[in-house]
Amino acid sequence: MRPFQFSRAPSLSEASHQTAGDNTLAIAGGTNLLDLMKLQVETPSQLVDINRLGFADIEDTDDGGLRLGALATNTETAVHARVRADYPVLSRAILAGATQQLRNKATNGGNLCQRTRCFYFTNIDQPCNKRDPGSGCGAIDGIAKLHAILGTSDQCIATYPGDMAVALSALGATVQISGGKGERSVPVRDFHLLPGDTPWIENVLEPGEIITGIVLPAPVGGTQIYRKVRERSSYAFALVSVAAIIELTDGKFSRADLAFGGLAHKPWHDPRVGECLLGQPPSAELFEKAADILLKDAHGFGENDFKIPLTRRTLHAVLAQATEDAA
Amino acid sequence: MTVHFKQDEPDNSNRLDRMKQGVLGKPLPRIEGLAKVTGTAPYAAEYPVENCAEGVLVTATITRGEVASIDRTSVLSMPGVIAVVDDEKMCTRAAQGTANEAPMQGPRQVCYWGQPIALVVAETFEQARDAAKHLKVEYREEQGAPLDPNAVEPEEQEDETVHQGDLAHAMAEAAHSVDVSYTTKGHASAAMEPHAAIAQWDGGKLTVHASLQMLNYNITELADALDMEEENIRLVSRFVGGGFGSKLGISEEVVAAALAAKQVGRPVRVVQSRQQVFQTVMRRSETTQRLRLAADANGKLTGFGHEALVSNLPGEDFAEPVLQSSHFMYGGENRELMLKVARIHRMTAGSVRAPGEAVGMPALEGAMDVLAEKVGIDPVELRLRNIPERDPEEGLPFSSHKLADCLKQGAEAFGWDNGPRQPRQRREGEWWIGTGMASAARVHNISETRARVTLKADGTALVETDMTDIGTGTYTILAQITGEMLGLGPKKVLVELGDTRHPRGPGSGGSWGAASIGSAVYIACKAIREELAAKVGTSEEKLDLREGKTAGGDALTDLLGGNDLAREGHYEPGDIEDDYTASGFGAFFAEVRVNHYTGETRVERMLGAFGFGRVLNAKTARSQCLGGITWSIGVALTEALEFDPRDGHLVNCDLAEYHVPVHRDVPDLDVVLVEERDGAASPIQAKGIGELGMCGGAAAIANAIYNACGARLYDYPMTPDRVLAAMPE
Ligand SMILES: Cc1cc2nc3c(=O)[nH]c(=O)nc-3n(C[C@H](O)[C@H](O)[C@H](O)COP(=O)(O)OP(=O)(O)OC[C@H]3O[C@@H](n4cnc5c(N)ncnc54)[C@H](O)[C@@H]3O)c2cc1C
Ligand code: SF4
Repeated sequence: MRPFQFSRAPSLSEASHQTAGDNTLAIAGGTNLLDLMKLQVETPSQLVDINRLGFADIEDTDDGGLRLGALATNTETAVHARVRADYPVLSRAILAGATQQLRNKATNGGNLCQRTRCFYFTNIDQPCNKRDPGSGCGAIDGIAKLHAILGTSDQCIATYPGDMAVALSALGATVQISGGKGERSVPVRDFHLLPGDTPWIENVLEPGEIITGIVLPAPVGGTQIYRKVRERSSYAFALVSVAAIIELTDGKFSRADLAFGGLAHKPWHDPRVGECLLGQPPSAELFEKAADILLKDAHGFGENDFKIPLTRRTLHAVLAQATEDAA
Repeated sequence: MTVHFKQDEPDNSNRLDRMKQGVLGKPLPRIEGLAKVTGTAPYAAEYPVENCAEGVLVTATITRGEVASIDRTSVLSMPGVIAVVDDEKMCTRAAQGTANEAPMQGPRQVCYWGQPIALVVAETFEQARDAAKHLKVEYREEQGAPLDPNAVEPEEQEDETVHQGDLAHAMAEAAHSVDVSYTTKGHASAAMEPHAAIAQWDGGKLTVHASLQMLNYNITELADALDMEEENIRLVSRFVGGGFGSKLGISEEVVAAALAAKQVGRPVRVVQSRQQVFQTVMRRSETTQRLRLAADANGKLTGFGHEALVSNLPGEDFAEPVLQSSHFMYGGENRELMLKVARIHRMTAGSVRAPGEAVGMPALEGAMDVLAEKVGIDPVELRLRNIPERDPEEGLPFSSHKLADCLKQGAEAFGWDNGPRQPRQRREGEWWIGTGMASAARVHNISETRARVTLKADGTALVETDMTDIGTGTYTILAQITGEMLGLGPKKVLVELGDTRHPRGPGSGGSWGAASIGSAVYIACKAIREELAAKVGTSEEKLDLREGKTAGGDALTDLLGGNDLAREGHYEPGDIEDDYTASGFGAFFAEVRVNHYTGETRVERMLGAFGFGRVLNAKTARSQCLGGITWSIGVALTEALEFDPRDGHLVNCDLAEYHVPVHRDVPDLDVVLVEERDGAASPIQAKGIGELGMCGGAAAIANAIYNACGARLYDYPMTPDRVLAAMPE
């Protein structure tokens, strides 16, 4: 670990000001950042502790939605009565992630910004364009079982590893950001970026910008499912995950909001997948059609080829379960 | 006074069963349990040592070649940095179990990616770690180091080769035959406590607190590495946070700490990071195995073939002993066994949790399931029909053989349905449900050992040996054996382990610890009993001791008359080893569910029935079995080391990405301890336990996967991607 300065930001504006500085990072729960600092994947010279800035509450919004403070912990969020009642997909997604101990410490803001688990990213003696631009991508032609099948670039094939954001994407939540230029809101679906030629830029945050909260729209009801496929039954990142909010009216899909984890550099949301279901009665053929649309441009890198059939089958299972539950 | 006993004959006198204290075998909780769970038991890195500097290993970033130069100035001016150590005596690999000599030394020669090449010493751990990452190293790299075990010409391990009869002919003539290939991936020991050492010099005398399994060998290894006399070294390892083979021999940090402490003139602590432990200590080799089984119409084996390919670095003697139990497990007069080693430049392969059977038995028992299906008989019945009368290769009798009892008692306890078996019969929602079984076997190992028992004038007893307790319960069972023999409650027995000042024990490894050290303690206690018997005018055989008194009411304290009575027991395995084949046996039964859509497999329940001789403590024995079964789940479903195909480095080197089973993967487990007294195995009639629980269990799960969903897999671990690829539509 490199020596670093540590300061505790007294106010949001001060936190913004400080984190705009060179080589400066905000620290919330530290469950991701500190691990990466020990490995020297992250080498900030300055850490700004944002934990006392106050935006840790979970509160109702005027339009019947819910605002999750960026500093509320994953545990507080998952067990919150309204989250469980109105946004069960979110509660389930959070509880499917990490471990109880980690979730007790991890914050909602930090969770959105967690970095990839690519083995080459976390090993500083290996090439990685994300960590060390221009050094090459170790995962292409390497061990890429966890890697992406959608939206990859020839620079980087990493996945965004988190679960919570996949549910937020299905729910159509919005990220509230505060920074030097003031406040702004960004849909979760647009918050993370594809790697393109700049894999080190993972989301839309500018220097000095801090996430203050996540806003959930008014509850939409429906059957809400979070399905995470993994190699052991807990404490493992998703091979593939599906967040689904499904409603049937008169035996036909009237709502189908779907987002996918483990497939890309961001929670994957392709509106065409849900749209193709709308107005149709559930059937195996229809589920296959949805999978065809989702996976049209998917391609694997050898070791992760299995994700293509696995995603297809998992989507099928989730839609079958949702329509059964809804019926 | 030392009492030597060499066992040349079986001892079926059941002496321990006739002692009167009644504490042996009881499910006593661990003596040191409270200290451990309350954090007061110090582990290697936790000993308070004043003025201790911190060392961090620097590891190579090439696969093969030479360190051309190390630029010390690149780090010596960094804050807190004291020294860079790259002494020629530094070790580049861990010693193999029972090596009894220094492992590979000479850090300038690089043989695998991640190999230790130097140590940076600083005031704080963080400073040392940062400097270690900054140290500038130039290499002369040699390209083209072989990395793929299947792409090199392997060496045959000739002492494993068996050609008996004509297997090819037997296969051709067989009513039923099976010819299948299996693969298993590499495994890590994955002990919780990382490898750590604190070295302190006092003139020419060296003390090292380290996390080690076998001090009796480790002291010789360290003396050899440092070119010192053993008398000048003291090793201490009182508590070990798991070893699972990775701490059998000394590792790089032990020698590095000693050399660094000498160089900087103050104590030095070296703790390997989790990533380093994964990358520099030991891997279990991956294996490729071919099984050939030829059987008559009734399923009786006429031919048996097991060939395996494993790998290791050049210069390592160890080859994963895949065939160890295959030599005697089942009959079949036509036999073909062969083990080959591919020399490749991945990190050192060595002993990891039940070397050999942990991966050999899952392949064999998978093939047996295929055979049972072909013959059309129950898989339990197939095993029962093939239990050999004698070792089919050596012709020796078995010291004791409980496989049939384990199969029957296990099947009964599990509720095994021995009706016709067909895959894909039970489905609940998305899940296919099925059952499977497998046999277990693990060769019995035993080792020469010493222990001192002192019956104190105050009527308490002290047991001293350099034996370690790696979490298995050694402290407790030694108190129980001593208590039973001397008529004392276990609270009256103090057990001191893990210090080379004490008589040399056997070390913990190969599951031989309890039987070996227990026998030395037994021998010492017996000698003490002889003295006591003489004092009351009876024979040792007739002396009944209980709660500190003889049957006649004489208190031990009175008999001792204010003096301590000490005896050192020296146990030596005798010719008996050549007269019998000795092994623990068992049977596993599993019920699993397999998700039709995702290929995820979850074990619903699992049972193991084991015969391993005398049970010394029903609780610690059961815990060993539960742990073994848990590892079986790992082998079957989750554990796999992944190596980069271009430079051979281990990529998944932490506990988040190397998947040992977690609580949710480990369901309701059950253990049946099958009563056994094996008088040829050891004087206390005990055999090894720990490893047996993982020797074959993975096949019970694999066979259950097939029974559940019809996917017959030949590659362990059976992760969702693999299950899906084999899932019938
Ligand atoms: C072993 C392990 C297993 C895990 N398994 C899973 C899993 O299965 N699923 C899953 O989803 N997650 C998993 N996680 C990740 C875990 O969810 C994240 O580590 C956690 O959510 C990060 O939150 P934090 O508050 O600790 O962030 P920190 O570590 O404090 O910060 C992470 C990053 O976010 C930035 N940041 C933090 N807060 C803000 C803010 N308000 N505004 C702007 N930037 C901010 C920091 O600068 C830093 O770059 C796992 C983690 C570990 C260590
Ligand atoms: S996939 Fe991305 S994160 Fe992984 S090595 Fe390549 S560039 Fe780095």
